[in-house]
Amino acid sequence: MTSIAKPPVRHPSLRQNSLGLTLRDYEGVMSTLCAGCGHDSVTAALVQAAWELELEPHRAAKMSGIGCSSKTTAYFMKQSHGFNSVHGRMPSVTTGANAANRSLTYIGISGDGDSLSIGIGQMAHAIRRNVNMLYVIENNGVYGLTKGQFSASADVGSTSKRGEANEQAPIDPALLALSIGATFVARSFSGDKKQLVPILKAGLAHRGLALIDVISPCVTFNDHEGSTKSYRYTREHEVEAVHADYAPVHAEITLPESGDHLRVVQMHDGSSVRLRSTAADYDPTDRASAYAHVRACQARGEIATGLLFVDGGSRDMHDLLKTPPTPLIDLPHERLCPGAAALDALMARYR
Amino acid sequence: MNGVNDFAFKIGTVNGTGSASANGLLMQAIFRMGIPVSGKNIFPSNIQGLPTWYEIRVSKDGYTARPSEVDLVVALNPATYSKDVATVRPGGFLLYDSSWPLPKELERDGITILGIPFGRLCVESFEGDRERTLLRNIAYAGALTALLGIDEEVVDTLLNQTYGRKPKLLESNHTAIRLGRDYATQHCPCPLPFHLEKMAATGDSILMDGNTACALGAVYAGATVGAWYPITPATSLMEAFKAFCEKYRVDKETGDRNYAILQAEDELAAAGIVIGAGWAGARAFTNTSGPGISLMQEFLGLAYYTDIPAVFFDIQRCGPATGMPTRTQQADLLSLAYASHGDTKHPILFPANPHEAFEMAVQAFDLADRLQTPVFVATDLDIGMNDWMVKRLTWDDAYRPDRGKVLDAAALEKVKKFSRYLDVDGDGIAARTLPGVGGKGAYFVRGSGHDKHAGYTEDSDAYREVVDRLRRKFAHAATIVPKPACTLREGADVGLITIGGCDAAVSEAADKLQAQDVVVDVMRIRAFPFGDEVREFCEAYDTVFVIEQNRDGQLRSMLAIELGIPRDEMIPVLDYGGMPLTARVVVDAVSGHLAGVPA
Repeated sequence: MTSIAKPPVRHPSLRQNSLGLTLRDYEGVMSTLCAGCGHDSVTAALVQAAWELELEPHRAAKMSGIGCSSKTTAYFMKQSHGFNSVHGRMPSVTTGANAANRSLTYIGISGDGDSLSIGIGQMAHAIRRNVNMLYVIENNGVYGLTKGQFSASADVGSTSKRGEANEQAPIDPALLALSIGATFVARSFSGDKKQLVPILKAGLAHRGLALIDVISPCVTFNDHEGSTKSYRYTREHEVEAVHADYAPVHAEITLPESGDHLRVVQMHDGSSVRLRSTAADYDPTDRASAYAHVRACQARGEIATGLLFVDGGSRDMHDLLKTPPTPLIDLPHERLCPGAAALDALMARYR
Repeated sequence: MNGVNDFAFKIGTVNGTGSASANGLLMQAIFRMGIPVSGKNIFPSNIQGLPTWYEIRVSKDGYTARPSEVDLVVALNPATYSKDVATVRPGGFLLYDSSWPLPKELERDGITILGIPFGRLCVESFEGDRERTLLRNIAYAGALTALLGIDEEVVDTLLNQTYGRKPKLLESNHTAIRLGRDYATQHCPCPLPFHLEKMAATGDSILMDGNTACALGAVYAGATVGAWYPITPATSLMEAFKAFCEKYRVDKETGDRNYAILQAEDELAAAGIVIGAGWAGARAFTNTSGPGISLMQEFLGLAYYTDIPAVFFDIQRCGPATGMPTRTQQADLLSLAYASHGDTKHPILFPANPHEAFEMAVQAFDLADRLQTPVFVATDLDIGMNDWMVKRLTWDDAYRPDRGKVLDAAALEKVKKFSRYLDVDGDGIAARTLPGVGGKGAYFVRGSGHDKHAGYTEDSDAYREVVDRLRRKFAHAATIVPKPACTLREGADVGLITIGGCDAAVSEAADKLQAQDVVVDVMRIRAFPFGDEVREFCEAYDTVFVIEQNRDGQLRSMLAIELGIPRDEMIPVLDYGGMPLTARVVVDAVSGHLAGVPA
């Protein structure tokens, strides 16, 4: 248990957002994950991001599959609707829900087992459809709930707690997403809230699927010497290529305009993401250079983090389906049913 | 059979050569002559080059089952000559392409062999291989108009309607019809002893396949999300839904599409999409066949356990495994009824024909919303893909969807606390909320153990409370699903129980049995779970036959499991070779059993 039950009283000095909600209002039930689990830090970052973005909790839907990561949807935004589905199938359930009601904010939480093994097909096709959703992979290289088997994201040579080394090449969700046309790809570290919160906010504002791979160490099964998804290893090997700052629609710009390679990407809702690259030749709006950068980091044994790629003008599933701005669930029956006269007329075709 | 307006003929060709349009033309022409007609397309799982047959039955009495015997075979595929010649009834006719000498395989005593050189006629009249091949089909249709007495005007009108915008094609089609017709008139005994004479028995009917009917039902029921993965014989259902949506659901001013069709990466995803959409409040459906049902199992259990509505159309084909994708069967009954691991049960509707498929498609959406659970509509390849003569479809504009128990924001104001799985009314159905509704209505859907408040649980009592409610809900379902259709006769002492598309053959068999002084009552089961009427029928006769199209007597097993009817007291009549059922199979099995002949 990472947290003890909190009393329902509110500290009067807790800051409120414009909805009159405090950070506490964006929390969920008590986490049942192991103390020190990276996932709880991701949860905390999500709470922060949702509070700062002033999301109406009941207009958000939390979607997940099965696994330690998928349990976390219960640990934030308790006033939101949630759907803990079946292993590896969160993307299809979210696709359907989004098709039916496009007006909600869909927050999908998955893990490396859920998304890179059993659910890799569903993840890939949700990316292809560009479902408007946040897609967070809490990536720890290991199956936690079944006690420590390697996942598909385990690096070659990474050892399990018992000392066994992984021999199979890892699947990098960022590279996979870039290669199949993802319109928003980022990587972060659960221990780096300063980096993670603005990325989550930008991902939530993105129209289309925002894939965020978050290295999130498993303290029980994968935080030892020899693991490449441990807190220590990640801290030592993380290379932030592009720092993202998220600016909501009417936010006052407090960041310095100048600086290293600043780029401003306009989002659909009028908000903007300000990206600062650390290298002159890195363009986070160019898919090929993003891909090359991640590969180059990988070759050097480094982990590329930051907002790696964004397409501010992406067309989401509804744009491609040409559905109306009104959610399909809100269309009255009269607009859906052609009626008796039309059926009568149609019958001539079958005579 | 074998008189005026009472016969059957069969055309054997090679698939991918364009015979479908000629066969459709013949069907439609007979239909427009006012004569009841039905067609069975027996096609291979292949795009080009394998044998394919089309059987057309003409029945002044309105029987639509597959014919028990064939009066005339048109044998145009040398690869199946020996098989085809054997299917002609004694005293019947065989027509072959006499561009080449009569092959040895076609020689047979006791039938009349007619030859028309379709190939040669087309070579002489048309240019190019493609045109000659295509028009050879129209030429045999032309010959049949003369041999069977199909009205020339009706055929001309049909051609004009089909090719009106393509004058060149229209002309060559007319020429091909004439080629066949003139040759037959001059060289063959036209008309044959069995032939057509105009009637007025189809005025209130249409020719429609079940997939089209189901798609239309989905449109009329207000379904907005369709997700699927292509599979024979279910594919044409979503294609029809798309075509109807393009016709009826596109906003004329904005061009917006008031529907979402998602071709998923597999059947698992298709199931996930419709369940996600159902949870979000849309009427959503998928169309699939046996292999897809196998893949959807886990999701079906999730939707069952979490009370989410969705409609699943299963167009059954021959299993197991890939089986025979273009042959028909009713062998998914058990895997639908109890789909998924754990204790699960699902309502199923069993239409007998495309007309009922339309009505049941609409009912399925109402039942899914009312019962908050996946509902199957189980048809089969025969219903789904063949054109059936059925009564015209009608619609009542007073229809409003039954969306079941859904609490909106206003209704939530009135409740003190919202508990997702609380059975207030005692029918096992708890009110739901849709995502997006205000804070009090938010809850967490989970496939893991949950209590009546939707909270996680590993507590025995809390778990049982929920699954016992689901059992009550299923018992309630038995009272609201369609009741069986019973046809009772005076003095009947034998009961025939059947399901789905077997109806046509069983009804015909009941008439034929009566002519043999065997009087039977027929009950066609229209839904699962079974209501009281089903039990009453089963218990009312000393001798009960269960007629279905699978090897293991799945319907019989379900009657035994659900109603406790002793299995051995129900006599199975099983036809599972992949062809639509014929009345003869039923008559022979029933009269044989009653006469003490072992099956």
